[in-house]
Amino acid sequence: MIMRYFFQTIFIWMTLVVSTQAFAQGSDPKPLFDQLADANFNHAETLVGQIAATGDPRVVPALNAFAEGDLYFRKSDKAVFSAKSAGSQLELIDPVTGTSAGQVAKGAVTKIKVNNNLRRAIRAALGGLTLMSPDRGARLSAADAILRSPSAEALELVEAALAKETDAEVKARMEEARAVSLLSSDRSIDEKRAAIETISGLGAAGLGVLNSVAVTIDPGLKPDLDKAIASIENEQQLWNLAQNVWYGMSLGSVLLLAAIGLAITFGVMGIINMAHGEMVMLGAYSTFMVQEVIRTHAPGLFDWSLAIALPVAFLITGLVGFVIERGVIRFLYGRPLETLLATWGVSLILQQAIRTIFGPTNQEVGNPSWMSGSFPLGGMTITYNRMWIIVFSLTIFFSLLFVMKKTAYGLNMRAVTQNRRMASSMGIRTPWVDALTFALGSGIAGIAGVALSQIDNVSPNLGQSYIIDSFMVVVFGGVGNLWGTLVGALSLGILNKFLEPSVGAVLGKILVLVLIILFIQKRPRGLFALKGRAVEA
Amino acid sequence: MSFLFKMGKAKLGGALLAAALSTTAFHGAFAADDTIKIGVLHSLSGTMAISETTLKDAMLMLVEEQNKKGGVLGKKLEAVVVDPASDWPLFAEKARQLISQDKVAAVFGCWTSSSRKSVLPVFEELNSILFYPVQYEGEESSRNIFYTGAAPNQQAIPAVDYLASTEGVERWVLAGTDYVYPQTTNKILKAYLMSKGVKEEDIMVNYTPFGHSDWQTIVSDIKKFGSAGKKTAVVSTINGDANVPFYKELGNQGIKAEDIPVVAFSVGEEELAGLDTAPLVGHLAAWNYFQSVDAPVNAEFIKTWHAFTKNDKRVTNDPMEAAYIGFNAWVKAVEAAGTTETDAVLDSIIGVSVPNLSGGTSTVMPNHHITKPVLIGEIQADGQFEVVQETAAVVGDEWSDYLPDSKDLISDWRKPMECGNFNVATGKCGGKGS
Repeated sequence: MIMRYFFQTIFIWMTLVVSTQAFAQGSDPKPLFDQLADANFNHAETLVGQIAATGDPRVVPALNAFAEGDLYFRKSDKAVFSAKSAGSQLELIDPVTGTSAGQVAKGAVTKIKVNNNLRRAIRAALGGLTLMSPDRGARLSAADAILRSPSAEALELVEAALAKETDAEVKARMEEARAVSLLSSDRSIDEKRAAIETISGLGAAGLGVLNSVAVTIDPGLKPDLDKAIASIENEQQLWNLAQNVWYGMSLGSVLLLAAIGLAITFGVMGIINMAHGEMVMLGAYSTFMVQEVIRTHAPGLFDWSLAIALPVAFLITGLVGFVIERGVIRFLYGRPLETLLATWGVSLILQQAIRTIFGPTNQEVGNPSWMSGSFPLGGMTITYNRMWIIVFSLTIFFSLLFVMKKTAYGLNMRAVTQNRRMASSMGIRTPWVDALTFALGSGIAGIAGVALSQIDNVSPNLGQSYIIDSFMVVVFGGVGNLWGTLVGALSLGILNKFLEPSVGAVLGKILVLVLIILFIQKRPRGLFALKGRAVEA
Repeated sequence: MSFLFKMGKAKLGGALLAAALSTTAFHGAFAADDTIKIGVLHSLSGTMAISETTLKDAMLMLVEEQNKKGGVLGKKLEAVVVDPASDWPLFAEKARQLISQDKVAAVFGCWTSSSRKSVLPVFEELNSILFYPVQYEGEESSRNIFYTGAAPNQQAIPAVDYLASTEGVERWVLAGTDYVYPQTTNKILKAYLMSKGVKEEDIMVNYTPFGHSDWQTIVSDIKKFGSAGKKTAVVSTINGDANVPFYKELGNQGIKAEDIPVVAFSVGEEELAGLDTAPLVGHLAAWNYFQSVDAPVNAEFIKTWHAFTKNDKRVTNDPMEAAYIGFNAWVKAVEAAGTTETDAVLDSIIGVSVPNLSGGTSTVMPNHHITKPVLIGEIQADGQFEVVQETAAVVGDEWSDYLPDSKDLISDWRKPMECGNFNVATGKCGGKGS
């Protein structure tokens, strides 16, 4: 792959190095752009190299547009433009001068196709063109581009840029880019040895580079190379452990989110609520609806969509929960089997209702920008959405704990569930407490749905995939104990993630279930069993 | 409290039964003699409803369009729709009901291989015809079933060839959901790759349960596997719902298509509808049809579809094209035979050519599979695919040449052979499979 670019790109670098300020010195890029109209993928790749070889920095936006699939040619004269959408029409922009060339109907132009190879070629070309850009961010991503597709040809270019660089962070990144490029060049062994040293500090990303030259490298360097690979692998092993714990906590927090509402309705109230999963689903659909409204009326608020969806989902699902309790469950207290059947019926009704209203297909729930992407932490990658979900689930958990233990309503609730008749004779309106508690449990399931919509499908079946896990966590943790739910969820998550790498996801899940069955045989009341009279009630 | 829970479990079975009984099946009105009835056997509830409901709509549209053209043999067509509710044994029951009670001339339906295997004996016993419109793992050929979706050589193998030749991939992750289609396809692919000189250590096979939603470990494993210095790609046979969290995790962990491309066999326009595809641009899918195909017949089809569903956002997909081909082939065969009687149609349909939606024609072959071109597409930011390679029409190969059990088998339902698993090595009809 690297060799394929060698001949076509060597000219780029040569020209660029020669042209001091990388300004129009080579040929005019415009005719090269126009040739793209008839080019197949291979030819287009060559043309991209030639366009970059002109060294004209004005082509950068057009090359970016090409990589994004926004480059078109006009059918009438095969002139190439980058374009952006302007209502139902397209606004054409000259690829070199960047001036507008008027608006045309979408049918008057044809999109120039781009595939992965072309995108790679464009990325490499852009890396070379923007290494000396005045914009710090552009230089940083240019260095990244070279890091990702190292080639010996980029070396002199990087060194030229490095000599002028003043920003410490960019400089460090360029040093790394220089090291990876140097490794495949014909520089001296000593320089390469130093490069290997630098790369061994790169972690997993460096491993790929080192492995790719393992076969072709000078025998004199082989011991250094092997040492560097071994040291990265050793380091990775430690990070793997940390990563498994993190993944486990992340899975555990999802389990906690799914189970926490059930810990109220099933754990505290004792209702076998088969419609719990559908409350989660309704929460996810509330998020979808909130986002739809935001998309059409106030696109600027999109990053706030989840914050807005939280109270909406809580109110909607809380209300549905309230109606279910008043309409169905209150007639069935003390009759668990009928409750099970009735709530299951309710769950089917809710599923089919959502399917009828929104259709059976997945709905698109977008991730706000602060929930997309990841950042590296040592040798592991932490994705923002997982991190926020852990924070979010713990926040819900502790708020709920606060409500249960420190508020008057929580006291009433505990009184009613522990001894209904006594509570009633003390003047507590037990039916209302029941209804509000069920609504609270449902509402919490709803806000869990807001979070789960960020990582899972939003479809009518969403709830079904969580109902089993939820019951598993609550029963394992100990029915009636919120702390048990927390500990249960996290330990099941971590156990699962430590089993998964060695036995695979399928067997891992089975093993977890087997272990839970054995555990329940030994301790039927779960991890944190309730003691005292409440147990006999 | 735990007593209460145990009781709950004991009655769960009863509850399941009640729910199964409550799922509704609805029928068309009783037909007069001047209509021909066809059955539509797709799940409208349960887990598969997400995929199959669309096919039910497509069938109703095709019937309506045919009736506008005057029906078949001068009679109007009437679709009898039943709901097997994603429940495999119920598929067999509903199929029997369609054939014996409703007396349908042919049935269009099924999605999963499990449902097809469930109805196969019913169609053979009652001698009726099923058109099966979904890509599948091959290794089957029945006298009464027509497979209008892709066999592995019409989808999986060309996709792998594309990656190896165009993108220079040398290291492969075969990731799939743990059931029959991915298992068989991956077995074929592994044998194929190894026959092309790929070493065992350059192939990683990974299975996950249905609906798997936590992909963190697997995606980071893929990343690690890809850091061995060779170009790496993922071949995904991950099914249905599990794809959305998988692609989300790929996007979030920053795996770009330029670094490690993913080629999928079960991800189409419909599956992408629930996703923000901007981080996924460049990942691939192999099908025989994409909505973005530039052909007049496709533009016409999409227009009819939008008009029929009264929703111009509804996407079209590959199984819809397969249903379209199957339906038109049946219409043509019935008109050639002059009757809807099963044996006559089975004779007349072989060799029938009908237009497909990518601008060519598809022919029904003696092995009850069809010819169709293979299209490789890259995901675009708008949720559509852009075709980056298109092959000439390929004949569906029911018995894979890369599996030791099936490489000697062929299928030919013409007289005098009339055999679905003829062993060319022994010269006898009969072998593995049905």
